[in-house]
Amino acid sequence: MKLTLKIWREGGQYKKGQFQTYQLDNVSEHMSFLEMLDVLNEDLIAKKEEPVYFEHDCREGICGTCSMVINGHPHGPNGGTTVCQLHMRFFKDGDTITIEPFRAKAFPIIKDLVVDRSSFDRIIQAGGYISVNTGQAQDGNAIPIEKEIASRSMDAAACIGCGACVAACPNASAMLFVSAKVSHLTTLPQGKVEGARRVHNMVKQMDEEGFGFCSNIGACEAECPKEISVETIGMMNSEYLSSIFSSNGKD
Amino acid sequence: MSWFNNFLNSSIGNKVLVSFTGLFLSLFLVVHLAGNLQLLINDGGHSFNAYSDVMGSNLLIKFVAYGLYIAIIVHAYKGIMISIKNRRARGNVRYAVKSKTKTPWASRNMAFLGSVIFIFIAIHMAHFWFKFKFGYMENHPDLTHYDVVVTGFKQNWIVIFYVVAQLALAWHLLHGFQSAFHTLGLRNGKYTKIITNAGIVFSILIPLAFAIIPILVYMDIYPLGQFTVIPGQSLEGGH
Ligand code: HEM
Ligand code: FES
Repeated sequence: MKLTLKIWREGGQYKKGQFQTYQLDNVSEHMSFLEMLDVLNEDLIAKKEEPVYFEHDCREGICGTCSMVINGHPHGPNGGTTVCQLHMRFFKDGDTITIEPFRAKAFPIIKDLVVDRSSFDRIIQAGGYISVNTGQAQDGNAIPIEKEIASRSMDAAACIGCGACVAACPNASAMLFVSAKVSHLTTLPQGKVEGARRVHNMVKQMDEEGFGFCSNIGACEAECPKEISVETIGMMNSEYLSSIFSSNGKD
Repeated sequence: MSWFNNFLNSSIGNKVLVSFTGLFLSLFLVVHLAGNLQLLINDGGHSFNAYSDVMGSNLLIKFVAYGLYIAIIVHAYKGIMISIKNRRARGNVRYAVKSKTKTPWASRNMAFLGSVIFIFIAIHMAHFWFKFKFGYMENHPDLTHYDVVVTGFKQNWIVIFYVVAQLALAWHLLHGFQSAFHTLGLRNGKYTKIITNAGIVFSILIPLAFAIIPILVYMDIYPLGQFTVIPGQSLEGGH
């Protein structure tokens, strides 16, 4: 099929950033969206033009690296998929596709469609871990965990940290990401121990990075490629409020 | 205290303040409505004036009223500041293609809806509260509070503005009611259904009841019978 691509270019020869239009004449519907961009880049390189910079790694929907807004949807119009898992059969011959980077003050653009998401790394460093004292490995069943709780934690753990929630949120808020990490760790007994400090520090870091606040709009949930529920935000808020009354954590 | 200060200054802490004040205002709406409904009692204003007198003189109610003024100011100020901050969080360049994500309109326009409510409250205060508090009644000894309200509701622009403001309130609450519980961490799976449903009922019922009152008064319809006659007071009673 034939496609017209309007792609945001920024940096290098396109200093301040602008849209560039490209034509592709021979796109197979079996290609993934990223393979389609690979074809475009091969064309550009052959013409001695600068290829379009975009991020990717696993190309199987688990690493959260690929990131772009396609026709007004982070990760494209197909729900519950990452860009790398989005196939060209979801587009029609003759379509014009507009591709923009994730836009947020806390995600500055590095080049073209590549944004700096190290703000997420710093949030994780602030508390998105469980401290493990080394020693003998414990028996798997030593700590009984209710099925429902294990599932809730697993659902939150599906978050791949791609940042689509921030890109989709009208407030550019990172609450879905942070709450997924908090819920994933804190619902389990191993993570509960550091629960109060974790949520406190992660929220503090999130605020310092300049993300917006949560207005409970729900765009994050709608666009999340892993379909994380906004209820995890409720869980985090509940966790955060009870952390004030908890003796866990120092002034 | 740094832990608690961190909380108050945090994004969630700010939203908790908006949430608490919003819920307090919602509770107040119920009380206010109970008073207003007395305008519909067909007793020439007796019940309404009696209620109005209690409201104007009781010390406890005065105390709560100051809490209410503070709540409105804190809610509006925090709400608007949050909305400005949220707008800035997108960065300098906005998306070229408008978001295609389906989200409730009200949730994205809380500051606008709140501002309509704020203008309404300002006019409302100037119209009734200011008159009642600052000498107007003393200068017009022949008028009761009821007379002032009914005269107001006979002007069509006031009725129209009143109804428009109630529409804004309904939309503000349709998003706000459940959002307040979400902010407090209560909409986390366990109580989601009841919060959502109660929110819808509340957000439609309360503004609807508020809006019907001026419309009926405008049309001279007073559908409620007389429930109570306070012994020892004549029906013409009043102020
Ligand atoms: C009777 C009057 C009002 C009631 C009952 C009310 C109620 C509420 C409630 C329950 C919320 C949800 C809080 C949350 O999300 O946690 C809310 C949010 C909000 N209110 Fe009001 N409100 C009123 C008046 C106003 C006024 C006068 C303004 C501003 C001028 C305003 C601006 C806002 C804004 C901007 C939000 C959303 C904040 C955000 O999440 O981004 N409200 N309101
Ligand atoms: S490249 Fe890993 S999720 Fe898309």
